[in-house]
Amino acid sequence: MASERARPALLEARDVRFGYDGEPVLQDVSLRVAGGEFVALVGPNGSGKSTLLRILLGALKPERGTVRLFGADPDDVDERWRLGYVPQRPTLASEVPATVEEIVVSGRLSRRGWWRPLGASDRTAVMHAIESVGLADLAKRPVNTLSGGQQQRAFIARAFASEPELLVLDEPVAGVDAESQRRFSDSLTHLIREHDAGVLLVSHELSAVAAIVDRVIVLKGRVLFDGTPGDLVHEGVSLGIHPEDLPLWLEGLR
Amino acid sequence: MSATLSFPFQVDFMQRALVAGLAVGIFAPAIGIFLVQKRLSLIGDGIGHVAFAGVGAGLLLNVWPVWTALAFAVVGALGVDWLRSRRRVAGDVALALFFYSGIALGVVLISLGGGLNANVITFLFGQPLTVRPSEIIVILTLGGAITVTMWALRRPMFAVVTDEDWSRSAGLPVDGLNSLLAVLTAVAVVAAMRIVGILLVAAMMVLPVASAQLVARSFRGTLAVAVCVGAGSVVAGLSAAWLWDIAPSGAMVLAAASVFAVVSIAKRAAPRALRQEEHG
Repeated sequence: MASERARPALLEARDVRFGYDGEPVLQDVSLRVAGGEFVALVGPNGSGKSTLLRILLGALKPERGTVRLFGADPDDVDERWRLGYVPQRPTLASEVPATVEEIVVSGRLSRRGWWRPLGASDRTAVMHAIESVGLADLAKRPVNTLSGGQQQRAFIARAFASEPELLVLDEPVAGVDAESQRRFSDSLTHLIREHDAGVLLVSHELSAVAAIVDRVIVLKGRVLFDGTPGDLVHEGVSLGIHPEDLPLWLEGLR
Repeated sequence: MSATLSFPFQVDFMQRALVAGLAVGIFAPAIGIFLVQKRLSLIGDGIGHVAFAGVGAGLLLNVWPVWTALAFAVVGALGVDWLRSRRRVAGDVALALFFYSGIALGVVLISLGGGLNANVITFLFGQPLTVRPSEIIVILTLGGAITVTMWALRRPMFAVVTDEDWSRSAGLPVDGLNSLLAVLTAVAVVAAMRIVGILLVAAMMVLPVASAQLVARSFRGTLAVAVCVGAGSVVAGLSAAWLWDIAPSGAMVLAAASVFAVVSIAKRAAPRALRQEEHG
């Protein structure tokens, strides 16, 4: 999973600037994520992570600078299956019971064409996505009877189902049990190695994925750090050995 | 109605009521499940009140009220959806706006057309026992269109009503599917109003789903159970109307409500009985 700068970027932001009511939130932010690369975006609360994510996905327009998703403006990307997105959410607020399989099938619709019936290859992809997050035994269980960590894995499987080229995850392991964190890390490794996908993970807690992160970007209105976890050690932050280092260091940046 | 015949559905008018009622019992929960999941259980009630204005307009203009009710209900449903999706007003305020405007306009139009009569009462409270073959054809056609469309689009519709923000990021046509759901809800209200009435139509959309979600363990299973409860409530309601000479529309809805009550009590009692058995 070595990062290769020469590879074409799946997602690229250049000199992005954005503010709310004249108050700057992001200034001259640049980042890129290529295929086969695992990039973690971290920052203290209020650092602009969520705003940047919304800009990268096309939900907000930057005041200045450019964003390219698969080489195009995010609004112009028709093949949305190429992007797998896992939103920040603790649990599914479902009124009607819905199984893990029913939720994950939703993730296949953009790949197949939402108006088309699912074929055998789609069902295989759905089951593969469920297996990759370790929920095969729970595929027929209603999602709202599962633990928070299991539910989050179901949403990750939904993103996997379209076999995306780029996976964007917003705080996916917040409040998640250790078993789910391990499964989560394994499934990301599988996606990057087997499918050469790029991953952008937004979080303030990287211990679960410390061993597989290629690059860490530290944001606080602007990019304060962009380098490997090894480079971060020089700042006194060890992701793998001392999991508490990063949250404490980020707290110090506030 | 006579109770001298042992089987309620031996006479023509009861058979016509059964055919039209079963259609409602099937298509109403088939669309209601998506409204419940979207937390818009009462939208059928709101659209029903807009359809009432359409009935008033039809009676005033001497046009078959079903067509004018359909036009009013579709416009009203799209209006509620537009206000809700643009967040111009809160979802329940958007409903209330159309709900009260619709019934007020209906009252005014009906007063201009000569006031309340048996025709108006039929649309307000429903009367399946007098449904005509031409009306059955309309109900079956509209109901068939709703059922086929919802079945064909069940997966993207499920995705949108379950997680709208994610569906948008996945490139699903969220606004289009929301509008389609609103239009089909309006069509369902109008198709069902001759049978269960404007005031009770939302109940047939929601109550069977409410019972089904207590026992089913999947969306697909909930839909299947809800349709069975809807159809069963129609048969039970019509049978009760035949036996005890009561209003069939109210009897159908009470049957659906009774199913919910029984299932709720059984669901609460079952684990307790099992625990006692284990300890005993």
